[in-house]
Amino acid sequence: MAAAARLFIRGAHSTLAISGVGTGKQSSLFKLSAGCSSRLKAQRHVAHFTFQPDPPTTEYGATQKMNLFQSITSALDNTLASDPTAVIFGEDVAFGGVFRCTVGLRDKYGKDRVFNTPLCEQGIVGFGIGAATAGATAIAEIQFADYIFPAFDQIVNEAAKYRYRSGNLFDCGNLTIRAPWGCVGHGSLYHSQSPEAYFVHCPGIKVVIPRSPLQAKGLLLSCIADNNPCLFFEPKILYRAAVEQVPVDSYTIPLSQAEVLQEGSDLTLVAWGTQVRDVASDTSRSVSPEHFRSMLNFSLVHVFQSVARTGRLLISHEAPVTGGFAAEISSTVQEECFLNLEAPIARVCGYDTPFPHIFEPFYIPDKWKCFDAIKRMINY
Amino acid sequence: VVSARTYSDFTTQATFEVKKCDVFKLDEAPATQVVMTRDEGLQYYRTMQTMRRMELKADQLYKQKIIRGFCHLYDGQEACAVGIEASINLKDHLITAYRAHGYTLTRGGTVKEIMAELTGRRGGIAKGKGGSMHMYCKHFYGGNGIVGAQVPLGAGVALACKYKDTDELCVCLYGDGAANQGQIFETYNMAALWKLPVIFICENNRYGMGTSVERAAASTDYFKRGEFIPGLRVDGMDILCVREATRFAADHCRSGKGPILMELQTYRYHGHSMSDPGVSYRTREEIQEVRSKSDPISLLKDRLLSNNMASVEELKEIDVEVRKEIEDAAQFATTDPEPPLEELCNHIFSNNPPVEVRGTNPWAKLKSLS
Repeated sequence: MAAAARLFIRGAHSTLAISGVGTGKQSSLFKLSAGCSSRLKAQRHVAHFTFQPDPPTTEYGATQKMNLFQSITSALDNTLASDPTAVIFGEDVAFGGVFRCTVGLRDKYGKDRVFNTPLCEQGIVGFGIGAATAGATAIAEIQFADYIFPAFDQIVNEAAKYRYRSGNLFDCGNLTIRAPWGCVGHGSLYHSQSPEAYFVHCPGIKVVIPRSPLQAKGLLLSCIADNNPCLFFEPKILYRAAVEQVPVDSYTIPLSQAEVLQEGSDLTLVAWGTQVRDVASDTSRSVSPEHFRSMLNFSLVHVFQSVARTGRLLISHEAPVTGGFAAEISSTVQEECFLNLEAPIARVCGYDTPFPHIFEPFYIPDKWKCFDAIKRMINY
Repeated sequence: VVSARTYSDFTTQATFEVKKCDVFKLDEAPATQVVMTRDEGLQYYRTMQTMRRMELKADQLYKQKIIRGFCHLYDGQEACAVGIEASINLKDHLITAYRAHGYTLTRGGTVKEIMAELTGRRGGIAKGKGGSMHMYCKHFYGGNGIVGAQVPLGAGVALACKYKDTDELCVCLYGDGAANQGQIFETYNMAALWKLPVIFICENNRYGMGTSVERAAASTDYFKRGEFIPGLRVDGMDILCVREATRFAADHCRSGKGPILMELQTYRYHGHSMSDPGVSYRTREEIQEVRSKSDPISLLKDRLLSNNMASVEELKEIDVEVRKEIEDAAQFATTDPEPPLEELCNHIFSNNPPVEVRGTNPWAKLKSLS
């Protein structure tokens, strides 16, 4: 039940002392990077955070330095090697994919196992459901999560309900759909969306979002092995930015569990995907960043326990705040922990606008907005 | 040739032979003998040259990181946009996908507005909020990012034209990649069933991003894909061929016969977008060959010069003027200020009075005006 607590050590670019916040011991552990005002004035050229890799682990065997897209390739490589029914398909996957997640797989495993589809998302997912129902391990790729909407009907009305409506006679549990997800700095309206909330609302599918290469490979392998249709959203800004030591062999990380990144006593922070970096990077108090690996069937028990201890909860995601998944967590937590709460639950999320073109730096819930929310909650 | 010529020495109009269009479910075909006047020729030349230089300038600005995000360039395909516009009028409607800078120009946008939109400034045609893929002006519905999504929209616009009993039609463009989307076929059915005045145009530039047409489509005869809709296959690099075919198609629609489908065989010199070098799925030799043998601007220029419809100096003068216009526009696009932060939340809904927009934390709210 107790998840592994991993100390989150933040590399400092320079120390910025914030008066009146945190004890000396805390501020030595968590350092904020300087240059806030100059960042806002200058043109944005880099990501709004720096990725901090987890310390290497030998828990799963020998490791190799990989970034996020390489860890995905590794997971797919392991799958194609061990499962003869596995097939990968989608737009442009044959040459390696627009984000290089499938590089080398066609040469290694053959063109009948790694193949391109024409430009037809509804067709891709429908086809994937059929292949999965017939027994193949179908791994479909949607080129950007923003393009998943033509396939929305297939996912929600067909894939999610197959087992239920046939009384467990048929299912498409062998289906996994992968899609790049989230803001990337220059994506604007149609290359930056985070549509997890739409799918979490639908019983019958699992939605999984990793935060790092190590997590990504394990979670993707779990999704593929899982007997339910899964949506695997990969934070595209981390494809190259996140580099870690990742095990070479197959391993799985259990879905449906929250991962506790750091134990603390003043505040609970909950996030997923890219936001984990922003949220956990700006901790000047003793905080308990929790990371949701998978969204549905999640175990909120960890969150309840944490909130019971700290009394304050902050949830952060890039998607617009209204109807985002933070609303669901917030509502459930206040049901269970009403009397433990010291301050209203804060949701630091995107604005209720389409993902903007030039206004992206103002739209995203970065660490400064999280910090602001934390300050207000502490001083409530 | 040294002697200066007065303009009265030029031929005022000439007849040209264009390639015959392949037809599908049609008894007639567009004319192969077409007439072009000197004025028309110069106007087409100027517009195509403006388009070409504008796209090349956008390429330059993108590499300098003044334009960011996505940028899909239209150079090589100028004959399509200019040829289509030559046979319709500004009261007709047009909708296309994301390779839209050329159409924004022919539909009434200025180079200044287009470039400022690319750089995301307040002088942009969409106030800086749309970017490369989302440019609009009167009777031009964009500029659409999701592949294939604009086609049912185009049919809807055509329905409105028919309903309001105006003589207008809608030109609805999509690419060879989009031709495999399901919603296109749904639209064909609706348009044919209700005899909507819509010209479907498939701009076949042989590559859907990086996938060549043979690898994506079971049938590469895109003009036949309408099945029950008559079709034309047109040489999209020859502006006169495009103009004639569009004239034919527009007559077809306006006479109440229903939709028609045109496939324009064209080519783009740049890659799919600025992030695509454009040479990993096709050879440089192929691009060079098209550039030397079928460049639309060169073809027009040769026709004008060899028929004594314009002089080299005159065309050079036009080039200089165009270059200046583009430079000025680029200057404006680089120096114009960005839209104010209040614009972030404006125009989400239509609302009066202004509504509050919830933001990144419970205490940050912005106002949305409309």
